[in-house]
Amino acid sequence: MRPRLLLSTAVVAAVALTAACGSSSSSSSSSSESSSGSAAVSTEYQEEHAGGTLRLTAHAAAGSIDPKVNYTLQYWQLFQAMYDGLLAFKKVGGEESFEVVPDLAEAMPEVSADGTSYTFTLRDGIKFSTGADVTTADVAASFKRIFLVSTPTAGTFYNGIVGAEGCLADPATCDLSAGVVADEAAGTVTINLVAPDPEFPYKLAVPHAVIVPADSPPTDAGDQALPTTGPYMVESYDPNTKLRLVRNPHFTEWSREAQPQGYPDVIEETFGLTVEAEVTAVQNGDADWLFDPPPADRLAEIGTEYADQVHVNDLTAMWYLAMNTNIAPFDDVKARQAINWAVDRAAAVQLYGGDNLAAPVCTFLPPGFPGHEDDCQYTAGGGDTWTGPDVEKAKQLVQESGTAGQEVGIVTSDDEVNQAIGEYVQSMLTEIGYKATLKPISSNIQFTYIQNTDNDVQLSLTSWYQDYPAASNFLNVLASCASFHPGSDSSINIAGFCDPEIDAQMQQALVTGQTDTGAADALWTQIDQAVMAEAPIAPLFTPKIVDFTSERVGNYQFSKQFYMLVSQLWVQ
Amino acid sequence: MSSVLDAAGSASAPVADAVDPAVRGAGAGPWRTALRQLARNRSAMASLAVLVLVVAACVLAPLYASAVAHTDPFTSNVSGTTVVDGQPTPLLAPTEGGLGLGVTPIGPTWDPTRYFLGVDNQGRDVMARLLYGGRTSLLIGASSALLCCLVATAVGVVAGYFGGIVDAVLARLLDVVWAFPVYLLAICLSVVLLTSGLDVGPVHIGAGSLWLPVLIIAVVYVPYVARPVRGQVMALREKEFLQASIGIGASDLRVMRREVLPNVVPTVVVFLPLMTALNMLTESALSFLSIGVQAPDASWGTIINDGLGLLYTRPAVTLAPGIAIVVTAAALNLLGDGVRDALDPRARLRGTA
Repeated sequence: MRPRLLLSTAVVAAVALTAACGSSSSSSSSSSESSSGSAAVSTEYQEEHAGGTLRLTAHAAAGSIDPKVNYTLQYWQLFQAMYDGLLAFKKVGGEESFEVVPDLAEAMPEVSADGTSYTFTLRDGIKFSTGADVTTADVAASFKRIFLVSTPTAGTFYNGIVGAEGCLADPATCDLSAGVVADEAAGTVTINLVAPDPEFPYKLAVPHAVIVPADSPPTDAGDQALPTTGPYMVESYDPNTKLRLVRNPHFTEWSREAQPQGYPDVIEETFGLTVEAEVTAVQNGDADWLFDPPPADRLAEIGTEYADQVHVNDLTAMWYLAMNTNIAPFDDVKARQAINWAVDRAAAVQLYGGDNLAAPVCTFLPPGFPGHEDDCQYTAGGGDTWTGPDVEKAKQLVQESGTAGQEVGIVTSDDEVNQAIGEYVQSMLTEIGYKATLKPISSNIQFTYIQNTDNDVQLSLTSWYQDYPAASNFLNVLASCASFHPGSDSSINIAGFCDPEIDAQMQQALVTGQTDTGAADALWTQIDQAVMAEAPIAPLFTPKIVDFTSERVGNYQFSKQFYMLVSQLWVQ
Repeated sequence: MSSVLDAAGSASAPVADAVDPAVRGAGAGPWRTALRQLARNRSAMASLAVLVLVVAACVLAPLYASAVAHTDPFTSNVSGTTVVDGQPTPLLAPTEGGLGLGVTPIGPTWDPTRYFLGVDNQGRDVMARLLYGGRTSLLIGASSALLCCLVATAVGVVAGYFGGIVDAVLARLLDVVWAFPVYLLAICLSVVLLTSGLDVGPVHIGAGSLWLPVLIIAVVYVPYVARPVRGQVMALREKEFLQASIGIGASDLRVMRREVLPNVVPTVVVFLPLMTALNMLTESALSFLSIGVQAPDASWGTIINDGLGLLYTRPAVTLAPGIAIVVTAAALNLLGDGVRDALDPRARLRGTA
């Protein structure tokens, strides 16, 4: 998933819950690595802490509010308290948050002996926010809708469902009747796969697999929110001003670990402030949390004067430069390699906030992730880890590629951190011989804009945060042929990289993973190195996440899967 | 803006008293008299001195950057270091204490040879960028003012002289441009042109070219100069000396060139410094909004924008170009007032009384 998402392997210290319960300011504490919580916090505190309005703020909206379409951390974080799938990641702090548990399903699925069939029994009595019952027909329709609306992960997460191939080829005539079989009388849904997929439960626990009403439109719902099953529903959404969530009157907690009741009565996310102003708003108590990374010049201030309200957590994520491998100059591998040699990853780290907030990387898979092995093909002086850029080598490669002097447009989001890194990249490109232009555009559209090949984006700055803890979630999603959809806003393989040989290796790794995770991880390591040899991207750094909350906020919990649990914050 | 426009508006009034060719030839020439008058105006001369200093400093920016500060103000130097108090110091210093989050650019060293005003968030020398930025701001301000005045004079003279349908069309065009709030129009034009550049026949202006803001700013202010000029020409059209020229069979072009233009030029000359100041402010505003001068080029507006993120820790990055803009705009306005007074026939009478 995109901006600021998911988890980490590096562990964080849990914060004692008892501290969280006392006063809001003493909640999830302090400083650096905080993450907290446990499933224990909850019902007993509902009476004491439920109510109030949680005021979140973001520089810009994140586009469509349709959970089958949106692929950003900004809304995935909110979707956790709005929508449910058959399965869910445990909504708790710490390592347990990686665990998949039954959500709308009564229990974990019965899996056939050959691993290709998953049978779920739907819980009784769950309703949508409209008051309608959740039925097996809704489940079947929701899976079909993945293909109707061209969900960004349709071709990578759900392409293994029987019938998916036809749906991907022609969504209008999608027929999943053999792949998702609903038995209304028995209250069961069976999902049939063409081949075993050990990662399938993970894929069922992310927002793209949530259940929405069967009569949902077969196109992107855009600004019109779909009915929810979780504790909150959308009351209003205007991408220019505000998203307002209120309690779902039909929600009753059925599984504390899958979908806990939230504390605030209302959750508002307002848009439009600069990130600087967002920080000030949180300092002054005018907002309770900002989505965006605090700008570099404010970090020192909040890290010293507001240390009790700052929560720093490791992530398994990557900020990177995506180079369009299908248009000049980056259709030449030497030009792409030149960028990898030239980019000063330490500079990017400084612009992100310094050594305590990020670390340089030059592999696809972040440190600590399954399949990651230290390896750096583009570092001055050689070695397994990045030590410095080699600008001379880069200049030489640019000359050899014959692309020197070409114009290169760099598309970044328009927030301070992205623009600052973009400006550095522009300077670097100029230094090695290109005519670079920086094109900052609204965060609201940047992520989809850079995916669409019609926009002819040559170089973009973006980031990737894991959806679930598996190597394929980076490599298969970001660098496989199946993830490249020319002319679509949902083409998550932004570089447009498609190498049949590497693709075959990925398929082999996926198959191996069904029986031997260790061997699969070794294959992913090789694939990582093979992809980086082709350099469709230039990894910059792996970030940590900084959550800055207002003084009144309590019960901060950090899920390694979906980050700060928004609905579990209390404000009174 | 209003004060500038008020000044500009009143500037046109005295020149409406046309200088009769017969009077023009008597005694000292009107321009020489105006110059003498201007030289006696202390505030105008002080402003001129300030402007000369600012322009000289900005013109010498490359020399300062290469020979004094030894820095490239257009290249990021995020990982760079310098020596402060004898100690090697990173240009972007990591925070010590607390959670150790964030980095802070070094502040002013007050050493002209080494980051006099500190660095910005890209590790670039603020002083060098300030001087380069001044070149850009002044160049855009002056060029767009010149272009604006040329176009406005042509439009105003033609509309005022011919009247009738020609005037109706041109005046309505000016009304259309005037109907838009000037910044809104400039922002719209900038947003459109900065994404694709401008192609007019064989002429192509790239998206990052400095000529784009020059053109945009010149266009949006044309009505502000053209309308007073038009009004003045309409008044001149009724003067006897001009009617006489027409009566003896002089061509329209000759009448406009020999009789109308000399009477209009003083008005336009008064407008020049005032429009330069106004256009410089507009450029700064557009650049501050990231739709004027594009990175890594610098103007005073872009430097203020760069400094916005450092307002809490390194206010000098924002204050320095802010002060430069205020000083330069004030000097241009005072000079403009002086020029207006010098070219005002009534002021001349007062001066010789």
